[in-house]
Amino acid sequence: MTQPILKLRDVVVEFPALRGLKALMAPRDARHVQALNGISLEVMRGETLAIVGESGSGKTTLARAINGLLPLAGGEIWFKDIALHQRPDWHDIRRQMAMMFQDPVGSLSPRKTVRDLVLEPFAIHGRKAGNPTETAARLLEDAGLNADFLNRYPHQLSGGQARRVGVARALALNPAVVLADEPTAGLDVSVQGEILNLLNAIKAEHGLTTVIITHNLNILRHIADRIAVMYLGRIVEIGPVTQIMEAPRHPYTAALMSANPEPDPTTRRERIILSGETPALTSRPTGCEFHPRCPVARDDCSARVPELTQSGPRAVSCHYPISENT
Amino acid sequence: MTETLTVDGLTVHYATREGALQALRDVDLNVPAGQIVGIVGESGCGKSTLINALLQLMSENARIAAGSVTLEGEELVGAPSRRLRDMRGRDISVVFQDPMTSLNPVLTIGRQMHDIQYREKISRAEKTRRAADMLGRVGLPDPVAKLDAYPHELSGGQRQRVAIAMAVLMRPKLLIADEPTTALDATLEVQIIDLLKELQREIGCAILFISHHLGVIAELCDRVVVMYAGEAVEEGPVADVFNTPSHPYTAKLIECDPGRMKTKAALLPAIPGDLPDLTAPPTGCIFRDRCDKAAEICRTSPTPSAVTGAHWARCHFAGGGRQ
Amino acid sequence: MMDRLKHSLIGRLLADPMAVFAMAIIVGLVIVAVFADVISPHDHTAMNLADRFAPPSSTYWLGTDNLGRDTFSRLAQGSRIALYVALVAVSISGLIGLTLGMIAGFGPRWLDNVLLFVFDTLRAYPTIILALALAALLPRGLSTVIIVVVITSFSEYGRVVRTQTLSLKNAEFILAERAMGASAARIVFHHVLPNVLGPFFILAAMNLPVVITIEAGMSFLGIGVPPGTPSWGATLKDGFDYIRNTPWIIIAGGLPLILVTLGFTFLGEALRDQLDPKLRKSR
Repeated sequence: MTQPILKLRDVVVEFPALRGLKALMAPRDARHVQALNGISLEVMRGETLAIVGESGSGKTTLARAINGLLPLAGGEIWFKDIALHQRPDWHDIRRQMAMMFQDPVGSLSPRKTVRDLVLEPFAIHGRKAGNPTETAARLLEDAGLNADFLNRYPHQLSGGQARRVGVARALALNPAVVLADEPTAGLDVSVQGEILNLLNAIKAEHGLTTVIITHNLNILRHIADRIAVMYLGRIVEIGPVTQIMEAPRHPYTAALMSANPEPDPTTRRERIILSGETPALTSRPTGCEFHPRCPVARDDCSARVPELTQSGPRAVSCHYPISENT
Repeated sequence: MTETLTVDGLTVHYATREGALQALRDVDLNVPAGQIVGIVGESGCGKSTLINALLQLMSENARIAAGSVTLEGEELVGAPSRRLRDMRGRDISVVFQDPMTSLNPVLTIGRQMHDIQYREKISRAEKTRRAADMLGRVGLPDPVAKLDAYPHELSGGQRQRVAIAMAVLMRPKLLIADEPTTALDATLEVQIIDLLKELQREIGCAILFISHHLGVIAELCDRVVVMYAGEAVEEGPVADVFNTPSHPYTAKLIECDPGRMKTKAALLPAIPGDLPDLTAPPTGCIFRDRCDKAAEICRTSPTPSAVTGAHWARCHFAGGGRQ
Repeated sequence: MMDRLKHSLIGRLLADPMAVFAMAIIVGLVIVAVFADVISPHDHTAMNLADRFAPPSSTYWLGTDNLGRDTFSRLAQGSRIALYVALVAVSISGLIGLTLGMIAGFGPRWLDNVLLFVFDTLRAYPTIILALALAALLPRGLSTVIIVVVITSFSEYGRVVRTQTLSLKNAEFILAERAMGASAARIVFHHVLPNVLGPFFILAAMNLPVVITIEAGMSFLGIGVPPGTPSWGATLKDGFDYIRNTPWIIIAGGLPLILVTLGFTFLGEALRDQLDPKLRKSR
């Protein structure tokens, strides 16, 4: 078994729930909500882990917590043998851990040229870029853009082109880990494939470890080795992608997978339609937090909190998981 | 079968510095009464321009260069603005992508639903009753209490239900749904699709459903129109278009959807190339530059050729033409 | 990069008739100020008591004042004072406002609150009251005028820059910079600054005529420049005393003020239209 490059133990991230005077007057534990509520997982060297979940599940928060953009309220994060929860040298860590953001155009500084944007990591980390223009052109070429783009500004790029600039920049300093938040957001289907192919090719070539945050279920089996399904700031199921997608054990995973409309009008499959919506972080249900929406909940689900239990390569957090032969 | 909406040869130009941008070119479209017609297309295909033209709410630099839009036989292009104002919200209504921006944040849901009924000569109590009734029908729990709520007090899915309730409150002839599920999560998306189907059966209005999501269109619509770079390139019953796509663009688009592939693909398909410059669209077939089938004949503009009865594609090779 | 931006910006400004009109006035003003000594037909301090209150003529283009000094020459000299006060005061207050605004917007919350309190307090004082108070404390002169302008106007830049910075602070590209390991200084100077400069310059252009008017107003009230200095405000004050018999002094004194105000305001508006991406058609 390969070594984990990232290790998370009971990670908690809190957001202030109240502001101003109200916050001072409220009891201590009501001042914050837990956006991440005890996340534990390992990312192996060279693998692609996809984190899926709906809005409010905390998947973006998780990526930002790993990168130190959000402070931890509890738990531990280890990157190789560096403790990220103990005030590490972020400047150096961020060189080894690149991040890509959701909005392909919006994550590029609007008044910089593509050339400057791609060379930005060199400037930040005081690295020599050799002949800057050549380096920039080479990085762009690796990401599938020709040198004509060097002098363009972000607003002159299409979503797919801007995403390629983001990829080029993320890879500029040969990071060990790439955290990609919704790499296909804002891209048309006809472009999406190219970007995913690019990510796959780069991963294979550089042996990169990638963590992909996405709500796009369709792309999962093409890019991920393992997936982690999040609900209300917790992981409810984690394991190899085909196993989870074909035989989900958590009722939420099952509902999520079945909710995805198929582009084929002749196959109408059995669909589990969940009632209601994800509850607010301020009013977490008791026991299993999924029980109010769960189609197979039993009486004790509202009383006992399930634990993420490992069995083989996968783990599920449910008292009554869907058994494999049904 | 009567047509609720007929769009005939619609051509819309935008005045820009570089000259006229031909955002829509000769678009034909029919929405039969009581049917759900989907429009699918990627960014830049002209979906938003089409919606604005249907509502006759176009930006200042836009101009309808040719064509007509008729709602139950009444011409909308060039109709007096009073008449158009009268029809919007009553005969044609819209559900937008983001309910947070389409609802007024400082008015209660009840007040906004009253305002829509301003033309009705009925008592306030009756208006409230109708509003609450409609909120109940779109599946909001406790509809009477929701009348006093402000939009921000509802969740995203509930807000979209309110937006739908408001759109169908006046029982429009045509409901335009502009990517109404795009901003929602997958589990909510299916809830909204089911709701639209149910409402359509109950109220019987025609629905024009715009989406870039092939799965949603396949699931919900009776007919589908595929748009590319300002042209309708293929139209037909959903099953026909998805099973035997006859325009190369449609075929590619369906092929690109990774949801179709059940096993890990080594290389995901994509459509290389970019949209043509619409200020100077190429002569002949608009998709020629990105098409594998392109041949000499594609330098001339294709006309819609029938594939089967109600299924046509704007391609020289469609319908067994010269394959 | 700035070069290309400027190039295209000037190109776009030249296509806008309002901007061309504004720039013509401003260029005219600068020429008059630079060559004031050359184009003045008379020495602006020379008193010619025989020609007191002379109406406009071929000798005295805009007439003379109560001491027989040539009004045109005095106004030409006055343009130097006006430009000097405007440029110096706007630069100083702009620089202070820009710095404090970015600190308020990007810094910690408590600092933002402190700076906001300062901005709001200063803005609450009417300029002329503050001017009177400061004039009582400080000696008469251009520096006092500049100090008054700086104190009353830097908060305006501060507020605008703060709001801009605040909206950029959570933009994805700023997060992306942080995620790459960029320092706060680098983020502020390389990525925030270029994006707040647009609105900042517009505000500055619109404020230039305000400053010139404040100088004129203070000189008119007798708390600005020392007596004898040919500031536009002083000329107006001289003219005001004799408005019944010789109205041309005050009319001539008001003209440059009106033109300059129009010029800078139009330029500010044209800049706003050209720099605001929402008002500008994409290329």
